[in-house]
Amino acid sequence: MAHAPIQARFRKGWQDFTLDVDLQLPGKGITALFGHSGSGKTTLLRCFAGLGSRPEGRCVVNGEVWQDEQHYRPTHHRDIGYVFQDANLFPHLTVRNNLLYGQRRSRGAPAIALDQAITLLGIEHLLTRKPAELSGGEKQRVGIARALAVSPQLLLMDEPLAALDLARKREILPYLETLHDELQIPILYVTHSPDEVARLADHLVVMSAGRALAQGPLTEILSRLDLPIRLGEEAGVVLEGEICERDSQWGLMRMAFAGGSLWARDQGHAIGHKGRLRVLARDVSLSLQHQVGTSIQNHLPGVVDAMLTDEHPGLMLVRVRVGASILIARLTTRSAHELGIHPGQSIWLQVKSVALVE
Amino acid sequence: MWLTDSDWQAILLTLKLASVVTFILLWVATPLAWWLARTRSGWRKPIGAIVALPLVLPPSVLGFYLLLAMGPNGPIAPLLAWFGVGLLPFSFSGLVIASVFYSLPFMVQPLQSAFEAIGDAPFEAAATLRASPLDRFLTIALPLALPGFVSASILTFAHTVGEFGVVLMIGGNLPGITRVASVQIYDHVEAMEYADAHRLAAVMLVFSFVVLLGLHLRRGPKTLR
Repeated sequence: MAHAPIQARFRKGWQDFTLDVDLQLPGKGITALFGHSGSGKTTLLRCFAGLGSRPEGRCVVNGEVWQDEQHYRPTHHRDIGYVFQDANLFPHLTVRNNLLYGQRRSRGAPAIALDQAITLLGIEHLLTRKPAELSGGEKQRVGIARALAVSPQLLLMDEPLAALDLARKREILPYLETLHDELQIPILYVTHSPDEVARLADHLVVMSAGRALAQGPLTEILSRLDLPIRLGEEAGVVLEGEICERDSQWGLMRMAFAGGSLWARDQGHAIGHKGRLRVLARDVSLSLQHQVGTSIQNHLPGVVDAMLTDEHPGLMLVRVRVGASILIARLTTRSAHELGIHPGQSIWLQVKSVALVE
Repeated sequence: MWLTDSDWQAILLTLKLASVVTFILLWVATPLAWWLARTRSGWRKPIGAIVALPLVLPPSVLGFYLLLAMGPNGPIAPLLAWFGVGLLPFSFSGLVIASVFYSLPFMVQPLQSAFEAIGDAPFEAAATLRASPLDRFLTIALPLALPGFVSASILTFAHTVGEFGVVLMIGGNLPGITRVASVQIYDHVEAMEYADAHRLAAVMLVFSFVVLLGLHLRRGPKTLR
């Protein structure tokens, strides 16, 4: 089922903050709204939901006008599912009745059956409990299932993992990845975590001070060097790959991506498994010749595409084209100068470590 | 018999009055408390102050104004005549109306606090789950404010049982019609029937203590609001 793109233009001012965005988002997959706290990403999500006071602007989802000059659909008339940061379950209802609350009121054919949502999130054993008897991770799983049970055309998730500790995050992330694979509807996912972006997002909107600095496919945005907000220490790219070889003797696997392949730690997946490789800029170094006699396993030939000073003047980010893909290397400005690195130059990349994130 | 027949008559009348007033106030105060809890209107503070007036006003002042308003030359007399209702002063209906005004803050304020304590979050969640505003009120606000309803009803009931000044001004002292327990005690004392006054006063004292103890136990260690 193909969904029309989502068009959204919102403008909403306060004394010390103005949200002003104009977005065109894909009608499928996960779009991450990424930015620091206070960048307006949650405010933006609430505009999609019709929560809070009315912003100026226009919002069209799946061909339906939710807002323009003449119309403003109240929240309960929008086909959304909303996952709150702290789950926000009804304290007086059992888990089952929390799930049924929305389902009983939803219109149209279910995109996903309630049973399916319950199974997907593994909450069968919690149905008769009250929210006060659930752990943080369990509450959030129920919150996600409750949002799915209303058959939304658009799923809005407001930092669903932010209130959870690392162990609980690890508990929920696999469910979110399953959602990504199973659901046909678009998801807007607010986060300030580069890790969640790398694992989940297909499309990225970078927010800062109420504006969208950049929007586009994840790999494209991550390989841009000019964004004032980078993923900090975490600057790097995400490559879509497929396992093409497993070396059981050394516990390694080779993942092919558009332009080459990389060895990584074998995590037990079969050949043909598709996943995402995250390559951080700090783990990539450059050399003029193909190096031998080094401990580094991954060597790739590429062409320098662009370069930019990093946040610290002693460091540079160099973008290198490898076949149809792009990698980013971080090196000192002095070594870049000594190697005479310039755009168009052929060069070898050495990738020290690669993580399979999905 | 421990209490005299007229004592029993006064007690039954008191309970009837308090029950009717509590019932009426549940319907009157709920929308008012909901509005006060949720509105951002500039009228919120003045209306809130008017609702609270009976807390500080001498009951005789309130009774005096109500007497004038409901009297034969009062502004609502033609309305009452149109409805075919007789004059309200010195009648049970008049006593009910006066008590509704007098006990209004005891119902509105606990309800308002209960509604305010719910916050916006559950209503936003309900809205994203397709619930209309009325639906949200019925399925989220009412159940979550239920402990507030119980406290407010008990307070209103007990406060109506204990009123005296307004009753004297509006209801006078007609046996079986407007002579409630507090007035009956006053009569006993006036007639120097101290033994009778003691017995009825003791009943009121025990009743009040039990009600307040019950309220405190409900709020108890679990701090259920």
